[in-house]
Order: sequence, then structure tokens, then C-alpha cells
Amino acid sequence: MTGFLQSLLDSLSFGSLFGLTALGIALVFGVMRMINFAHGELIMVAAYSVFVLRGLPLPVTLFLSLGVAVLVALLLERAAFRPVRNAHPTTLLVTSFVASYLLQNVVMAVAGARPKGVDVSPELLEVISLGNLRVSTIDLVTIVTSAVLIMLLWLLLSRTLIGVQMRAAADDFLMARLLGVRANRVIAAAFAASGLLAGCVSLLLVARSGSISPTMGLTPVLVGFVAAVIGGVGSLVGALVGGYLLGLATVLLQTYLPSGVVGYRDGLVFGFVILILLLRPQGLLASSAERTRV
Amino acid sequence: MVLAPTRSGLRRVAPLAVPVILACLIVLLASFAASSVQRTVTTMLVNLVLVVGLYVFVGNSGVLSFGHIGFMAIGAYADAIFTIPVQLKKVMLPHLPAVFAQLTLPTPVAVLAAGLAAALVALLVSLPLMRMSLVTLPIATLAFLVIVRQVLGNWESVTRGVGTMLGIPIDTTMTSALLWAVVAMVVAFLFQGSRFGLRLRACREEEVAARALGIGVTAERTIAFVLSAFLAGAAGALYGHELGSLYPDAFYFSATFLVITMLIIGGSGSLAGAFTGTVLVSAAAEILRRAEGGFHLAGLAVPARPGLGAIVLAVVMLLALAYRPQGITRGRESGIPRLGGGRPVRVPQSDEHPDRLANETEGEV
Repeated sequence: MTGFLQSLLDSLSFGSLFGLTALGIALVFGVMRMINFAHGELIMVAAYSVFVLRGLPLPVTLFLSLGVAVLVALLLERAAFRPVRNAHPTTLLVTSFVASYLLQNVVMAVAGARPKGVDVSPELLEVISLGNLRVSTIDLVTIVTSAVLIMLLWLLLSRTLIGVQMRAAADDFLMARLLGVRANRVIAAAFAASGLLAGCVSLLLVARSGSISPTMGLTPVLVGFVAAVIGGVGSLVGALVGGYLLGLATVLLQTYLPSGVVGYRDGLVFGFVILILLLRPQGLLASSAERTRV
Repeated sequence: MVLAPTRSGLRRVAPLAVPVILACLIVLLASFAASSVQRTVTTMLVNLVLVVGLYVFVGNSGVLSFGHIGFMAIGAYADAIFTIPVQLKKVMLPHLPAVFAQLTLPTPVAVLAAGLAAALVALLVSLPLMRMSLVTLPIATLAFLVIVRQVLGNWESVTRGVGTMLGIPIDTTMTSALLWAVVAMVVAFLFQGSRFGLRLRACREEEVAARALGIGVTAERTIAFVLSAFLAGAAGALYGHELGSLYPDAFYFSATFLVITMLIIGGSGSLAGAFTGTVLVSAAAEILRRAEGGFHLAGLAVPARPGLGAIVLAVVMLLALAYRPQGITRGRESGIPRLGGGRPVRVPQSDEHPDRLANETEGEV
């Protein structure tokens, strides 16, 4: 029983990170129909900001790093994605792939390819024992932060004008524009929100692992894609569900796989994803994005 | 396109003949040049096999694949196991299954077998993948690339894990690479003019209409995918025979970026595009690689800047995507210029989104 609870807790913590990443990807996908590879690089850029600004008081550093992630997201939208906004989906996908590669290499040229160590706050890594459960503070912080962010996002999307417009644009972009939704504004809002989510994921990740590298965005973004695809691309709830499911799958495989096969864990998780898609090619919760309009 | 029925035989094969002749000319010129130039040309030809392979799927189906470097890796590692001398295999891979431990194939056979191995994996993978949509399929191919990378990094008894595979006979010459490049282009040309190729192109242009005409899409995509994986696998084998050693990280994102850049810059809609892009980007990448090591310009020492090449290529690529998303060739095939100036054949604009007209109004509503 304790083992099960422990796994559940771990998967909640993992799943939160995956879910937040998937949400950021799904937000942008909703308004642009583009899977944003560069989302991982937003995570990476925020992590490097923490490294660069490490001398400042901690809250200032964290706040500024989030700001950098949002800024880079808006910059990318303006410089790389706006010129191709109406292009073929394949062109969009290649653009985001190239943007991600570019950011990675710029950081590599400036800061070097080697991983660096960052200590955000040692207290976060302390482990609390609750009966037989071992919980580290960072797990609790991750779970609580995610819950708060999800609540905030829900308030944004349901209670504010721009949020409602984002949902309308995600459902039918042309119709939303005809009804007076400003294209540039909703797309920028979606990128800003996804930048903020990426920044938060980045801080949680860095606080946990204590190391940063130019390619650190790859793993979370891959998992985020996969979570978004399992959930049904473009569906925000689907993205969250997908994220938590993946967290569960990862933790269970890590716990119960024999040690000789654990190296293949991620491969198995991705294999599991292919299986889900085999049964439901449109994802668990399909959105209007996957419907073919004639 | 390939099949204006009124064209003479010569004009009909021009899309194939022009790049083949140009490739032969490049090799002919390079055979008089320094050995470093010859190596660059060999690399370019191996890349050409790979890019033409990618083109067979991406160009005809309009669906992007991030997974072809995975097929290249499968081809390269399969070929290494077929060709590394038995004695060396005993030392390097002591736990290799007995069937392979005693086996050495001559290089040409091994390259073919490596291509077939990649094609077989592609066939298995395409069963779930080819049913997916334009948006999710590329992500699934990306997942495939990650799976291949993980297997290569962990399957110690066959791939040496993250260690380097050594002792592959170094026998990819400019001539053998040229031969395979020509084979790749012939395969691509025959496929795109075949019944399946034409059907697949119809799906690329307008999937709903193509389905309404009774084209199933899945089968056509599968055939293209398997064929293109075969070429990518063969390219991987040639790559192994060019360098003599392999390691898993050579087959990951940088390689994927490079091969996609080659195809998109040239224009993914035509064989001419795949050829042009490979030649130009290979040349540019080589120049940038040398510039990265630092150089002297008019007496000024420019210091070494590792990673500069990748940044320049990525910026060029972003500009190309914004201003010329269909690449240099814009989906046109190479042809023989008409005397007296006939009207050019109108090529469908495959890279435009069907909703383009609806979104055409710029600025805000």
C-alpha cells in the first residue's frame, strides 16, 4: 500500500511537469495549428536566466527568469512564426523545429555546450517522512504550483475576454476573426501564456535537477508532445490528462521494470503511446482540430 | 509535372537525366581536385541518397518525417554488423548472436541488406503510423527517432551501447557513392511517375478529394515510407563505410536538422529540389565548417567560433521558410528549355494551405 501511495505521489509530481509542458504546447497549437518545438528551448532559456541571474535575491531571479521566457516566446512569435502563419502545416512544423535548433545553438555558442550546475535552493531538496512515505519538498512544491497554475489558466480562459477569444480562435480561427477577434493579439497571448508555463516548468526542473544544458529542453518537450498527442492535439484538458497519464506510466515502469531493462524506459513509454494512438488515432479527447473540414 | 502526355521521350526523362548528369559532372570535376574536395563530394553524394530517400516520402506525400535519421542509423548499424571482420567482432561484440558473429558480407551486398533491414522496420512502424494525420504523424516519427536512439544507446551486445563501433571497412569511394545516388534518383523518379506515386501526390494536394476518388491514402503512404526507409538505410550503410566508425549521437537531431534543411531549401516538391538542396547545403555546410575553425580574411585573423555554422544555416532556413517555403525549385522539375519559348507548365502550389485564400486578408479585422 505504501509502495503504491509512493508511486502515486511520484507520478503526480512527474505528471504535473509533463502536464504543464503539454498545456503550453496545446495552447499554441490551439490558435496556430502548429506544434511548437521551440517550447523546450523556452524552458532551456529560462533555466539559463536563473544561472545568469543567480547573484540576485531568489524571488527576483525567479521572477526575471519567468519574464525572459515570456519575452523569448513573444519574440519567436514575432520573428519566426508570424511570417509563416498562413503556410502549410508542414512548413509551420519545420519552422518551429528550426527555431528550436537555432536557440539551442545560440545558447551553445554563448555559454558552451557543457552542462552547468545551478543551486536554486537546497531546502527544496530536503526529504520529509510522513509515516513510511518519503516526500521531498520539491515534489510538494511542484504539485501545488501546478494546481495553482492550472486554476489560473482556467480562470484566464473562462473569465477574461482574451481567454474567451483564445478559445474561440482555437475552435475556428476564421470565424473568430470575422466576429472581431484580433489575430495578432490572441496569438501573442497564447505564446505569452505558453512562455509563462514553460518558465514555471523550467524553474521546477532546475530546482530539482540542479543542472542546465543547451539541450535540456528536449526531453520535457518530447514528453509534452506525446502527452498532447495522447490527449488529442489542441484539447487542453486532453493535454493535462495525457501529461498525468505519462507521469504515471513513467513512474510505474521505473519502479517495476527489472534493472536490466530500465534503460529502455522512455522507449517503452513511447511504444505505449503508439499503442494508444493505434486504438484512438485522434487521441483520447479529440478536439475540433483533428476534424477534416471540406 | 512528370506526365504531360504530349512530351517527347527525352523531355519525359529530363527530371531524372538532368540531376544524374550534373551529379556525374561534379564527380568528374572532383576527380581532378584535392582529396579533401573528393571527401566532401563523397559526403555530399551519401547525403544525396539520404535526401532523395526522404524526398520519396515527404515530397510525394506532403507529410514531414523526423524519423529518417533513425532508418539511416538502423542501416548503418546493420551494415556494421554484416561487414566488421569476424575476429574484430569477437573482441568488440562478444555477446553478439552466433548467426551474426560468423557472418561477413561483401560491402555491396551488405549495403543492400542494410537498406532492406531499414525497410523491414519501416514496414512494421508504418502499420500504426501511416493512419495518423498530417499533424500527428511527424511527431510519431520523432518518437520513432528517440526510440531508435535509446535502443542504440542501450543494446550493448549488438551496438556497443554509447561506445563507438569500429572496424567497418572504409570503402565508400566517390564512384560507389555516385552509383548509389543514381540508383536513389532512379527509384525516386520511377516511383513518382508510377500509379502509387501519382495517387500519393493527389492525396498531398487535396486529401479529401483524393479519398472521394477512391484513394485509400494509407497504402500509398506505406509504400512510399518503406521505399524511402530503404534508401535512408542504404545511405546509413554508405556513411559507415565512409567513416569506418559509428556512434549513436551521430544519428540524432543535428543530422535530422541538416537533412530536412537540404530538402526544404531545395524544394521538397520535386526531385530537382532534393538534388539542388543537397548540393547547395552540403557546400555551404562545408564552407561554414571550415570557417568555424577560424580563418584569415585580408590579413585579419577571424577566431574559431564553434556552432556558428549551425546558427547561420538555421537563420537562412528561417528566411527561406518565410519567403520561399517551397524551396528554390518551387516544386518544379528540371527540364530542357524550349526553343521559341513555349508556355511554362503551371505547377500546383503544393505548399499553400488550402485555407490560404480564406486567410489572405492581411492585418487585423
